[in-house]
Amino acid sequence: MSSIPDMMDVSIWRGDGTFGQFESFKVPAQESQTILDVVAWVQQNQDPTLTYRYACRVGMCGSCAMMVNGVPRWTCRTHVKKVLVNNNLEVGPLRNLPVIKDLATDMDPFFDKWVAAEGVHHPTKTRDAPIEPILPTNAGRVEASSGIECINCSVCYAACDTVANNPDYLGPAALQRAWTVYNDSKDANKQAVLDAVSGVGGCHNCHSQGSCTVHCPNGLNPMNAIAGLKRVTAMSFFKNGK
Amino acid sequence: MIRSHRTHTLWLAYILHRVSGLGLALFLPTHFYVLSLALTQPERLDGFLHFVEIPIVKVAEFGLVFLLAVHFFGGLRLMALEWLPWSANQKTLAAGAVAGAFLISTTFFLRAI
Repeated sequence: MSSIPDMMDVSIWRGDGTFGQFESFKVPAQESQTILDVVAWVQQNQDPTLTYRYACRVGMCGSCAMMVNGVPRWTCRTHVKKVLVNNNLEVGPLRNLPVIKDLATDMDPFFDKWVAAEGVHHPTKTRDAPIEPILPTNAGRVEASSGIECINCSVCYAACDTVANNPDYLGPAALQRAWTVYNDSKDANKQAVLDAVSGVGGCHNCHSQGSCTVHCPNGLNPMNAIAGLKRVTAMSFFKNGK
Repeated sequence: MIRSHRTHTLWLAYILHRVSGLGLALFLPTHFYVLSLALTQPERLDGFLHFVEIPIVKVAEFGLVFLLAVHFFGGLRLMALEWLPWSANQKTLAAGAVAGAFLISTTFFLRAI
């Protein structure tokens, strides 16, 4: 006869950004259970109207980030055992983004800032040109490579107090993308990147609190990227006046 | 209470830098006013300086020197973070700033009593 699993007390945010409250659920504890498993169990067994977002379930797509006990996390790879406090879990929508419903946030502002930070490739060649070899040990390439594993989960954006206090601030992920593009030797318009990240909502708003780097689930270092952007934009200003 | 996503070394270093800066900003006008008494009302300054013999004022001076030192070292840390090539030991540097401030302020306090 199988034993009845212990039950956890789980509070989940219900509502939108304007109205809502945490609702309590009893969820059976299981081995190797993730926060996403908990949310899915509630949706499948207790309330089919619960809204949340996920896709890959293996930490690649960046869809399922939520606030877990007040900390932004990728829920598909966060084990319950790691974050359970006194048999309680509190799961809410990501901070600093508009809530569509329950645990699903509107990611548009996050992705719009990615574009606003000029995090796009500016080509130097046509598609017919031969592929230019780039040494992996090249200093610029090493710097660029350090940021390319970003999965756009918005955990850093939710962790950032500067984003919370300044809606114009581009945020850690977008600035890290800009730093990656800036260090790419195949990019043809580095000044466009510097112009984009040195404006009103640019890198100089960062207070170096470091929450982005602490909470990044992929172990990336946006604080380093932003510090790099601060250096190169300042040097560009002193050398070229812009 | 500090919210969960802020409970890490560099955020605490950030808030300490801000609070120490605010504390110094509040102190400085008083400091300059008292110094100005040397020119305008020297006898009043002498009377005021007797306050520093009170034990609680010595403790307050320790706090003031700590604020000054931690803001100074914290500022150096931030300038290094933003102007020098990236260093992975940011948490150690932040802890070092606090330790250095304690060393200086405690030395000041021991010499004062």
